[in-house]
Amino acid sequence: MSLATETSTTITTGDIPPLAPATRADRPWIVAVAVVAALAVAPLAAILAISTLNISGETGATWAHLLSTVLPGTALTTVLLMVGVGLVTAVVGTVAAWIVAMCRFPGRGVFEWALLLPLAIPTYIVAYVHVELLDFTGPVQGAIRAVFGFKSARDYWFPDIRSLPSAIFVMSSVLYPYVYIPARAMFGLQSATTLEVARTLGAGPWRVFFRVALPLARPALVVGVTLVLMETLNDIGAVEYLGVKTLTFSIYDTWLNRGSLGGAAQLATVMLVIVFALITAERHARRHQRFHGASTKVRAATGYKLGGRMAALAFLACLTPVLIGFVVPAGMLADYTSRRLDTFLDPTVQRAALDSFLLAVAAALVTVAAGLVVAYAMRVSRTRVVAALARFASVGYAVPGTVLALGILVPLSGIDNLIDRTAKLLTGHGTGLVLIASGAGLVYAYFSRFLAAAFGSIESGLARVSVHLDMAARTLGRSGGRVLTEIHMPLIRPVLVSAGILVFVDAMKELPATLLLKPFNFETLATFVYAQASREAVADGAPAALLIVLVGLVPLVTLSRIGRGREARLSGRRTRARDTT
Amino acid sequence: MISNTSVRAAVLGVVALAAVPAAAAEVNVYTYREKPLIQPLFDKFTQETGIKVNVVYGSKGLEERIKAEGQASPADVLMTVDAALLVRARELDITQPIKSAKVEAAVPAQFRDPDGNWVGFTYRARVIYASKDRVKDTKISYADLADPKWKGKFCVRSGQHPYNIALISAAIAHWGTDKTETWLKGVKANLTGKPAGNDRSQVKAIFSGECDIALGNTYYYGLMANNDKEPEQKEWAKSVKVIFPTFETGGSHVNIGGAALTKYAPHKDEAMKLIEFMASDEAQEAYASLNYEYPVKPGIGVAQTIKDLGAVTPDKINLGEVAKHRGAAADLVDKVGFDNGPAS
Repeated sequence: MSLATETSTTITTGDIPPLAPATRADRPWIVAVAVVAALAVAPLAAILAISTLNISGETGATWAHLLSTVLPGTALTTVLLMVGVGLVTAVVGTVAAWIVAMCRFPGRGVFEWALLLPLAIPTYIVAYVHVELLDFTGPVQGAIRAVFGFKSARDYWFPDIRSLPSAIFVMSSVLYPYVYIPARAMFGLQSATTLEVARTLGAGPWRVFFRVALPLARPALVVGVTLVLMETLNDIGAVEYLGVKTLTFSIYDTWLNRGSLGGAAQLATVMLVIVFALITAERHARRHQRFHGASTKVRAATGYKLGGRMAALAFLACLTPVLIGFVVPAGMLADYTSRRLDTFLDPTVQRAALDSFLLAVAAALVTVAAGLVVAYAMRVSRTRVVAALARFASVGYAVPGTVLALGILVPLSGIDNLIDRTAKLLTGHGTGLVLIASGAGLVYAYFSRFLAAAFGSIESGLARVSVHLDMAARTLGRSGGRVLTEIHMPLIRPVLVSAGILVFVDAMKELPATLLLKPFNFETLATFVYAQASREAVADGAPAALLIVLVGLVPLVTLSRIGRGREARLSGRRTRARDTT
Repeated sequence: MISNTSVRAAVLGVVALAAVPAAAAEVNVYTYREKPLIQPLFDKFTQETGIKVNVVYGSKGLEERIKAEGQASPADVLMTVDAALLVRARELDITQPIKSAKVEAAVPAQFRDPDGNWVGFTYRARVIYASKDRVKDTKISYADLADPKWKGKFCVRSGQHPYNIALISAAIAHWGTDKTETWLKGVKANLTGKPAGNDRSQVKAIFSGECDIALGNTYYYGLMANNDKEPEQKEWAKSVKVIFPTFETGGSHVNIGGAALTKYAPHKDEAMKLIEFMASDEAQEAYASLNYEYPVKPGIGVAQTIKDLGAVTPDKINLGEVAKHRGAAADLVDKVGFDNGPAS
């Protein structure tokens, strides 16, 4: 596996000149992206239809009521939460990525992959563990009481653990890898030459970081933070448990608790506006940036060798997020699990594990393929239409799974009912809900939700492949499809794999849509854990939660291996050789 | 021109569809009930009848799902723990009348839809949990919860939770919207902090000294007091006493756990058997002993732990009537900003 092949990086400002106008041969790509976008947007279209057509037959001025009572507070809460989580993850993810990619210190090799671990833990589980740890009966306050001899909650002050700051803390602790992964990939891919030139010109490490590396890595950071914000917008479990009333929560609540589908759809529309603003901002931030690598062999940057105090500081900076985002919650889950080992023998849990895994793999394959199609179509045909379609296709990610599930349930049930009726006519008895029962609805939901994740990283990966390669290949008479399979896919394989892994882990953790779309007698680990958790029997769900974490770890191991690659190992050897002389 | 192959494929397709086995003896249930509280009853039913019970456990939106699934929905029975949701299912036109002499004989009219679209199997009262050490009162009414003497001492789960919405709906039914709004503002002012968690966490908060009184359902007391898996919950239960609050008419607010038969139930006969089983003495007793709920059938005993709490007088108001105010109750919770806590 080779890291991207480049030695020189050029930054051109101004919009990139379009490739030659799309030829007849490109048309299939444009059709393909239109199909993907249509599929991804269909559930949202259904939701918009519901919000305007009022098919659920509701009465009264839902919207007016929501506007005056629910919207202002929830909108503010949502914005504060997003700002908080966005800032924390950007800082933590970038700093960790830079330290790991550019510094040499004891433990670095472990941190490189350890920093990914929190990805395996769902936000709602972390929220539960957080409360278990910090609430009155938890170990932390228990220790405080033991030390100071307090008896009741009235004897001492302790911060409110079900609060907005808590939610920011909890969500950031598991979402920062979304920034760390692309940032580390970017720092790792940055040409040694560029950085060394900066260093020979006398720039210190801080200056190299801020003036050279960070600007170069910005597209990756923007993608990462955007993903984080969309995850934040999507979360239901953690905010619900921590009593933070976000817009997402009110959508969920309005539909499922108040039975007002129209009102929920109207709130979802507001949500879509926010999402559009996010995506537009992201595009805007990246519009003046293009990276072209010429095709020569890469030489990994040698990095900074840290000693003494700086090494300790780097060590701590990497250790903290790993501790908070993984070691502590996983440790707590392991502790609970150790007292409930019999759960693993429960066939329900075993089957749920297998089902979750298969579903997530299917979702990853479908989604990455679709993401590649969209990203490549954008490259082949740089037209407004394609760009708009691609943007459309990405929206599903920020729509709460519950709402998305409903948007899928309505059209899919329609199709299922049609099949059912046809079968009744032909054979005398119906088939039931074929598509929903087969899990197709679930895979569809995952595809719609996670396309943005796959597409975002594939796109930034493709952006690093020089368009000159395309031009050369096309000049040599290769079709768009062959350029993709012969040139781009091999070049961006790590990006494809990491995109697949992101989708896989996300699908493993996905909850709200799964709850609504899962077929009969079908549990995923996530739904099982949630069922336990909503009874506040966190401990009962711990074994299954731990399984989610473990299954989530498998692909992370692969990811870190890929991230390191042969050259990285070589350079490591080189560094070691230098250190010993 | 249609090729031979495609004709053959079409024929094969039809044959394959025809080969789908006719419905076996099974029944499909969508339920809000927690698995440990209901699965034992399903198992008993399967043992007795040989009918397999397939279950979808959901926490929200099951009736919306059945509506969306339409005529091909596999759901036969919807089981909820809130009458308003059963009423909502009826409003969504996803139910059909349950015609059964057995059910009508076992379940008092108060716990059934007049037209038979839903039926309750158990009921629970929404009561006050109060600290044994810090609360001397033996009687507290629902209206008293707004009394400033409880300022900073009251905790409860989210106002939008169906259990609280049902209580507020009942308050609207008794007092009208304006008086209920004033009351809710008063209750909100007494909160210790933001409403969060579930009924059990409120009891835990009393145990820890965070608040003195809380609202919760009766059966949680039984579940906590007898929880061998999580012995710490026994301690929580020990720290509280249960007070049955009443409206001016003298009854405590109750809600039901019940079921509706879906409009397009593919296994209607099996579904009816299940519903009749749930109303049978055996199931009613199991409900009482396993779940610490009150069985709807008169003459069936309750669990000792619940008996020890004292007698319950259910509010006489019809639950269907209460359910009508569901939307108004949810709007009030928003309007007074109940879930934002006392300071807002």
